[in-house]
Amino acid sequence: MIKFESVEYVYPSGVKALDGVDLEIGDGEIVAIMGENGAGKTTLIKHLNGLLKPTKGKVLIDGIDTRKVTVASLSRKVGIVFQNPDDMFFSENIWEEVAFALRNFGYDEEVVKRRVENAINFMDLANYVDKSPFTLSGGEKKRLALAIVLAWSPDIIALDEPTIGQDILQKEKLLQVIKLLNSQGKTIIVSSHDIEFVADLKPRIILMKRGRVIANGNAEEIFLNEELLRLCNLLPPQLISLSKELSFIGVKPKLYSPRELAAEIMMRLQR
Amino acid sequence: MKIIEVNDLGFKYAGTDFYAIKGVTLEICEGEFVVLAGKSGCGKTTLLRCLNGLIPHFYEGEFEGSVLIDGIDTRECPPYILSQKAGMVFQNPDNQLFALSVEADIAFPLENLGLPREEIRDRVDWVLKLLKIEELRSRSPFELSAGQKQKVAIASVLAMKPKILLLDEPTSSLDPVSAKNLIDAIIELNRKHRLTILISEHRLTHLIPHADKLAIMDNGKIIYFDEPRKILKEDVLMYGVSIPRVVEVVREMRKIGGCLPFKEVPLSVDEFIRDLRGALR
Repeated sequence: MIKFESVEYVYPSGVKALDGVDLEIGDGEIVAIMGENGAGKTTLIKHLNGLLKPTKGKVLIDGIDTRKVTVASLSRKVGIVFQNPDDMFFSENIWEEVAFALRNFGYDEEVVKRRVENAINFMDLANYVDKSPFTLSGGEKKRLALAIVLAWSPDIIALDEPTIGQDILQKEKLLQVIKLLNSQGKTIIVSSHDIEFVADLKPRIILMKRGRVIANGNAEEIFLNEELLRLCNLLPPQLISLSKELSFIGVKPKLYSPRELAAEIMMRLQR
Repeated sequence: MKIIEVNDLGFKYAGTDFYAIKGVTLEICEGEFVVLAGKSGCGKTTLLRCLNGLIPHFYEGEFEGSVLIDGIDTRECPPYILSQKAGMVFQNPDNQLFALSVEADIAFPLENLGLPREEIRDRVDWVLKLLKIEELRSRSPFELSAGQKQKVAIASVLAMKPKILLLDEPTSSLDPVSAKNLIDAIIELNRKHRLTILISEHRLTHLIPHADKLAIMDNGKIIYFDEPRKILKEDVLMYGVSIPRVVEVVREMRKIGGCLPFKEVPLSVDEFIRDLRGALR
């Protein structure tokens, strides 16, 4: 369980990036954090493993106050995949990169080997084990960053803008991975601008603006609220807009999948 | 009139053992709006680099075939001349901005060209107005939002008065409203000022309805080059192209069967509603 209690964070430059954030995320939830550039999404995510500590208020991870423990100890519970994977890499090859954190946690070499292999296979990187992380394409780097976190299997996995620069096939793969991890009981937190990706994921959505949480609700509820979206520089998913425009044939505004909306339209047209 | 002519182009980066692009032939006419799509790593960025001369003048490797920009062979023309024909905007505007004010950033390449002071001032005024960012003139580029930065990056390219604007995933780090504003500005440059546009993007929803042509690349080759409506009749998901959701709805309607109210595939919500109302009347 993750709990933010009146969290404020002020960067050394004086910029207040979080301004009184209260929120709770339960075990096994999928949550998307949305908002315009600069709303505080990345700052919030960096508080999950204690990389940033609140200037005021507190962040509790399973009851543990992040101010009182090290990033290393919190990392066993919380894994973060950053927006720019290059910031994470430093090893000679991909195998070593994935193994690094596990060795740091003090696992036996046998366990390390098994976990690295599993994570690498899971993210389709088996053909690249000897390559340098820096020679990978953007999409492959993102997969490696996720493999690193999967290897030590934390209960909470946070992904910061995971779909940037990804094509639709990679996004679909990511969607499957997130759903699979969640079905294994992991708590997933995703920050994203990618409306259509979030519409497919159908998570609980936390909307941020200027360092504050301004709304919190299920995906459909948030995406139907145009005023709220506009306030956060977001647009509704295209099929929400289409379903709203289709009221003249009796379609109700909803977060449909393409197939559901097609069936709904055809049924209305036949009447 | 043809403004971009690519003939059997291939390029292999130094130190790699495969061609990033191979056998690419492409003709784009003056004033056309072309969207370039395809999986990550399919060669989009390499092709764009070939069009403004970064390849072969900056990146080393094996170059095959030819690229003519406004009739000029890129191999025989230095990049600073080419950049006055074809300007390029990159994914991350931070890589392109460095001066202390927006105005100075836009003026910098013009000073490098040795233009007279009045000409520089006129051009800076012109692009600030063109992109509706006059109020940013004296601001520091680094305190701007991501969307504003990207507009400044475009302004500094347009100040060179190129005939062609090349954009490499310019909206990928922008929030949806900033992305749509930027796309709208690019569309206006094309419609009002007849600028030739070649833009690579993953999010096609707002671009497709305005594109004259869609080019889809796979594995270093161009596999489709036609009007979007014609290409979107086929299943292009396997090439990593995300089609607008309205097109997916029409496909699903087709699978259900029966008589559809569309003569052509609608590419936007507006087109969908217009055609449906028309058919029901």
